[in-house]
This record gives sequence, C-alpha cells and structure tokens, in this order.
Amino acid sequence: MTPAAAPVLSLRHAAKSFGAVQAVADGSLELSAGEVHALVGENGAGKSTLVKMLAGLHRPDAGELLVDGKPVALPSPAAAQAAGIAVIYQEPTLFPDLTVAENIFMGRQPLLPGRRIDRRLMRAQSAALFGRLGVPLDPGRICRGLSIADQQLAEIAKALSRDARVIVMDEPTAALSAAEVARLFEVVRTLRAAGAAVLFISHRLEEVFEICQRVTVMRDGRQVLSSELAGLTADDLVRAMVGRQMPERTAGERSEPGELVLRVERLTREGVFTGISLAVRAGEIVALAGLVGSGRTEVARAVFGIDRYDAGTVAVSGRQLRKASPSAAMAAGVGYVPADRRQQGLVMDMSVQQNVALASLAGLRRAGLVRSAAERAFAADWAQRLRLKYGRLTDPVSLLSGGNQQKVVLAKWLGRRPALLIVDEPTRGIDIATKAEVHQLLVQLAQQGVAILMISSELPEVLHIGDRILVMREGRLTAEYSHREASEEKIMAAATGQLAVQAP
Amino acid sequence: MAPDVTARRWLSAAARWETGLAVLLLLIVVLGAAASPQFLTTSNLFNLLVTSGEVAIMALPMTLIIISGEIDLSVASILGMSSALLGYLWSIHWPMLAIFAVLVLLGAVAGLVNGLLVTRLGLPSLAVTIGTLALYRGIALMILGPKTISNFPAPYNTIGVIAVPHTDIPWSMAIFVVLAVISGVVLHATATGRSLYAMGASPEAALFSGIRVKRIKTILFVVSGVVCSLAGVLWTFRLATAVQNNGLGLELNVVAVVLLAGVSIFGGKGSIGGVVLAVLAFAGLANALLLTNFNQEATGIVFGAVLLISVFAPNAGALWARLGRLRKHQRPVRPARQ
Ligand SMILES: Nc1ncnc2c1ncn2[C@@H]1O[C@H](COP(=O)(O)OP(=O)(O)OP(=O)(O)O)[C@@H](O)[C@H]1O
Ligand SMILES: [Mg+2]
Repeated sequence: MTPAAAPVLSLRHAAKSFGAVQAVADGSLELSAGEVHALVGENGAGKSTLVKMLAGLHRPDAGELLVDGKPVALPSPAAAQAAGIAVIYQEPTLFPDLTVAENIFMGRQPLLPGRRIDRRLMRAQSAALFGRLGVPLDPGRICRGLSIADQQLAEIAKALSRDARVIVMDEPTAALSAAEVARLFEVVRTLRAAGAAVLFISHRLEEVFEICQRVTVMRDGRQVLSSELAGLTADDLVRAMVGRQMPERTAGERSEPGELVLRVERLTREGVFTGISLAVRAGEIVALAGLVGSGRTEVARAVFGIDRYDAGTVAVSGRQLRKASPSAAMAAGVGYVPADRRQQGLVMDMSVQQNVALASLAGLRRAGLVRSAAERAFAADWAQRLRLKYGRLTDPVSLLSGGNQQKVVLAKWLGRRPALLIVDEPTRGIDIATKAEVHQLLVQLAQQGVAILMISSELPEVLHIGDRILVMREGRLTAEYSHREASEEKIMAAATGQLAVQAP
Repeated sequence: MAPDVTARRWLSAAARWETGLAVLLLLIVVLGAAASPQFLTTSNLFNLLVTSGEVAIMALPMTLIIISGEIDLSVASILGMSSALLGYLWSIHWPMLAIFAVLVLLGAVAGLVNGLLVTRLGLPSLAVTIGTLALYRGIALMILGPKTISNFPAPYNTIGVIAVPHTDIPWSMAIFVVLAVISGVVLHATATGRSLYAMGASPEAALFSGIRVKRIKTILFVVSGVVCSLAGVLWTFRLATAVQNNGLGLELNVVAVVLLAGVSIFGGKGSIGGVVLAVLAFAGLANALLLTNFNQEATGIVFGAVLLISVFAPNAGALWARLGRLRKHQRPVRPARQ
C-alpha cells in the first residue's frame, strides 16, 4: 500500500540538543493521510524529543518541517494545534476538576448570547465526537477518577474537535490493560479510516505490527530505517533499533529455591483485597498476574508498609513486619520498585545521583555526614551496570527519557541489595533490548539468592521469568501455576474469572 | 514553555539566588553608608545585629520546616508565651535555671502539639499553626494578664545589650551563628537534610523511599518550638520586659526572611547560606531605613515589596505562563464546525 498523495507532514533532518546532550541528531519522518505510522527506538533514542518538536514544545536547532508540503514553524503548542497536529501523551493533561466536555472545548467553548457558555451544545458535540469514535464515554463526567485509557480517549476527542489531521501518541499503551489497548486500537482504526495520519510510539512490537502500516526507527537521535511494515519482522526492527546483536533471551539456570523469605498470611484490607496468602523463597521469582485493578499493587503496598491492612500478617525472613512502616520493611531487607515512577519512584526535581542514592544514604555516610564522593561513585557504578543513558549525574532526573528514569528507580533499590525485591511493572516504558536486560538482571538477582515478587500485566514477561505464577482477581488469589504448567490461556482465564475446570 | 528551558532557567536561578542576595546586601551596605555616616559605625552595626537576633534564630528551624513542605506560623506566639512564662515564674521567685528548664519544655510541648496535629491528624500546617498562633498568644495572656515584669537580675538583663567577650558580636548573633552552622550541616550534609528536600519536593516519593516523613516533621516542629522559646528568653532580656504581647506579628518577619533567602514556599528548595544572607540584608535594610529618617509608616511597604518580589521572582516563569493562559481564556471562540 503506497500513500497516494503528498505526505501530510514531513520532518526533515531535524536536530535538537540540550546542552551537551544531542537528543535528536538527524530526525526525519514522513506521515501520510490514512496511515498509522510507528516510531520505535531504544530508550533515549529521541522519540519523545521528536514528538515535542511536532507539539511546538521544543524548537528544533536545525531541519525543516513541512505540513501539506508547505514549510511551517511551530514556536508554540498553539501553533502546532493551528497546523492540525495534536499530541496525546502517556499521562494525559486534562483538567481533573472539569467535565470531559469542558476539557474537550477548553478555551473554545461555544457561546450563547451574553457570552454564557452553551453547555448543552458542548455536551451534544462531545457526545457526537465519541459517537464518531465509537466509544460510550459520558461527556458530563468529571475527569478526576477517569482511567488513563478514558482520559486518552477524551484527549483524542479533543484532537478531533480541533480538526487535527495528525495525531501523535507517545507510548499511549504503556499503562493500559489488554482490553483497553484493544479499544484504543479500534479508535485508531476509525481515525485512520477518516483520513487522519497517526504517529504511534510503543516499545511493544506486537502492537506495532498489529496497528501500523509504516515504521520509522530511530537510533541515537537518527532515523535509521523508514519503510513499509509489510515484509519486516520484529527481529529486523530490533536489529535496526539496537544496531547490535540482541542479548540472548536465555533465562539462565535456575537454582533450587532456598529459605523462605516472604510469608504473607491471610492478608486482608477491607474492600481492597481479601485473604491473601503467599510465600516467596530466596532465589525464586514469583510473578503476580491479573488485570489492572485486581488488587496486586495494593497487596504490594501493604507488604512494603505504605498502606495499613485490617487482618493477616507479613513476615520477612521469619520476622513479622510492623504494619504501615516502609522503613521497617526496608530494614528487614525489602525493596519496592513502584509502578508510578514519576510520583512514587523518583523525586523529579532531584538529580540522577541523588535519586539513585536516596534509599541508601545510611550506607554512604561517615561520621553521620553523607560523603558526596561516595554518593557519586555509588550512582556512577549503578548507572554503568544498568547502562543508563544520561548527560551528567547531577542533572535533574526529570530530563532523562522515560525508560532511563525507570532504570534509575531500579538502581535505587538494587543498590540496597535487598533480600526481597518487589517490582511493580518493572519494564513499563522500557525498550525491548533493555527489557531483556532487566529480565536478565532479575534472573541474576534470583540466582544470587534474592527473593523476587514481580507484578506484571505483560503475560509474556510473566511466563518468561516467573518461576511460579499467582493470579489475582477482584482482590483474591484465584490460581497458582508452576512455570511448567502455566500458559497465557490459563492465566487469562483465572484473571477474568472464566476459570476452566482445573486439571487435578 | 519548553521543559528544557524551564529547567535550565530554574537551575541557574537557584544557583544565582544567593549571588543575587549577596549583591543586594552589598548594595544595602553601600547605599546605607552613603546615606548616613552612622551606618558603618561599630555601635550601629552592633545595634543592627542585636535587633534582628531573634528573627534570625527563628528563621533557621522555619527554613527546615518550609523546605520539608510545611510551615509554622506559631513561632512568634511561642516566643510570646515563653516570655510571659519567664516573667511570671520570675515574679513568683523561681530560680532562673529552673525557669529555663521549664521554658525548654514549654517550647517542646508547643512544637509537639503542632507536629502531632499536622502529622497524626494529617491537617495542613498552615491551618494548624494559624490556630496555635492564636492559642499560644491566648495562653501568654492568661499567664501574665496585663502585667509587665521587668526586674530581671544582673547577668541576665545585660545579655541583650553586651557583646560576647573579646568580640563585637552580640550574644544573640553568636547563638544564631552556632545554630546556623548546625542547621547548615544537617540540611546540606546529612541524610536527614536530604530527606527534607525529598519530602518537600515529592511527599509521595519520600514515603516510598522509606523516609520517616511523619517522625521527621514532628521533630522539626518540636525543635522549632524549643528554639522559639529560647528566642523568647533573648527577647525578654533584650527589652528587659516580659509582657504577653512580646513579639506580636513577628512570624511575618521570620517568613519574610526565609522567603527572601530563596527558600521555595512550596518546599524542596533553599539553603542556609541564603538564610544568613537574607538575615543580614533584612537587618541592614531595616536599619538603613531607620537611619535615613525614611518615612516610618512606609517601611511596611518596602518590606512587603521585598517579600512579594522574593516570592515572585523564582516563580516568574510559571506565573507568566499562567497569565498567558488566563488571557487566552478571556476570548473564547466558537469551535470549528464539524
Ligand atoms: N529537556 C531535556 N533536557 C536535557 N536532556 C534531555 C531533555 N529531554 C530529553 N533529553 C535527553 O535526550 C535524549 C532523548 O530523550 P527522549 O525522551 O527523546 O527519548 P525517547 O526516545 O523518548 O526514550 P523513551 O523510550 O525512554 O521514552 C535522552 O538522553 C534524554 O536524557
Ligand atoms: Mg519517550
């Protein structure tokens, strides 16, 4: 399938650097009407920076941008909007206290005589937009409390209402459940049929192959491949992305599980989870699967002492943990990599170095004072081990790309050498090569005797590295499988409640 | 505004805030000296330091509290309460050392009440300490009533007016310097200090890093209470009077100094070096205005302006963006037809 007309948008040889960091060196991109175009690349390859140039947030240092064949400059987000470009970020940017309709028409409310806002028209038009998208979202709802998926749909409706012809989505699926992804893809197909050009960024290549027709691959800020997807394989893309051989996906030899490290008994928090009993041994990776919202994260939070629980016990290495005390959990050797890295994992205003060291300051002291040389060496060591891509260790962590921020959170907890490591969606937003590295790392940690409890919504990940797989549904554990007996079908069945008759 | 620009501007502003303060201080000294020959005399400088001692001392725990994301507006009332109790106990012939012990306890309890209300009940410190501001002042009034106590004995009644032996530095400033060094080390070189920044910048991430947010905040409020109680003693001896309204309204000066120091009212940013500079700049400004017979009614305007500028300047970028957005919203247009 070849795009018939001239490209709607074409970006040529764009460059952007931040101080010493060359985020985009030679970025080119061509989008045609009626195509879904994938933009893929490793963490820090410059995808988001490219997107921000299209959004009018970053001004390119070099290069040119053509819309409908005519050169345009995008000095501001408003200019990008006027040019028909809409960007939907992973974390949508709606006003939480306004309704969906109010957000869609923010700044352009239809007016009645006397400058009063015509709410009825606003609602009706919003409803019409959702009708076109084929999703039943109530325009009168307040945005606070909407799922991320619903918020994204509101953003898409907003883009449509502004007659956007280019819709850019930066990792829209990273925080969505499988069902939500499917619904988003239906909407994307509708957009495509209506003649929009969609730019789709994701680290999940199966998604790329499912929804996209063309692909552009970036590596180290350069376009290294741009072609029709048909005829390419996932391996081709990966090779282009990493420019080297992929690390072997061997899971490595598993040692026999050792001592009992975590024992959770009949843990209950009313209305959230009920009667959770589980155990994790040294050297074992236990994967906690289930749908988003099934209570997995809540159990992890209770174990780590963030939330109180109403009944049950948590014991680590034979000793019972005090309730609601993260510091007690840490003293007992527990580490917790939370799912929300921007809010919970990192202090975004602090430097890379300070974030890596934040949970390990006690060990970096002499006579009560934190030695900055030791802190620096510690951070540099972990940055190197995890192949962190950064400018300077003293830069604010907020400047790192999403995947590299995730690595900082991992480094922060690995640096404590925990006996039990709880990881919540450890590879969310991480590129495919790094993901393999993270998996390798988790397996290595297990080999060194660390007990690992991994929450993951990605079934391939769960099946790949979990020694044992527990499934939660609506706050209860519904199934347990050994590595050998587990399959995607069984896990999904247990997670959704269509539990087939279990084999004896 | 592009995130990189904001970030860079933010970083360089933080780096340059202290530099700017130093320049401001220099300017005040030069202008003060030019305006009045008295300004740079030893006795005037001594006077200048003496009169700002209590505010300076109270600004230190306030700095730590604001960096951790809270505020303590009851500081001046704790000073007043301490002063009143000092006067009362002295009037009923308690020995001075016993009185000091009681005052330390008083400060600790007053701070603990603030701390517990904030951390255990999860109330906003702004509201809690506005409440205790009134409460503690009320207690001061109950303790002393309308009385004035002023017959303090020999070594004590001179503390406010003499210098540390062999120096020209008043006692209160010497105490400030010692406390500033301690606060500086705690804030900038210990794990606790780092935790304060983390708590202020991102309370949730601090909790998820195992930082004992509640405990640290409680301790901060207690320390603030004790230090303010001590400031009450200095204040009483300097003025040689204990009355219930000692230090009335002083919390505003304390907050003003801390904000002028470049500490972010939203928490997470600031330095003790900045506070030291701000204390001196504030004292110098007040003194210069006094010496040059500046219209005394208008000094409030000058301080108010300084305060507003110091809150505005670090956030200028964000405020500008917000203004831009507001302006845009004032002229809604009809959405494109579809
Ligand atoms: N505002 C900024 N200031 C300084 N450096 C930046 C800034 N934004 C991005 N960078 C750097 O530019 C590089 C590219 O970042 P970008 O966010 O574009 O990567 P990405 O391809 O989106 O990665 P990911 O898949 O992890 O999201 C990274 O090394 C990042 O640290
Ligand atoms: Mg990105």
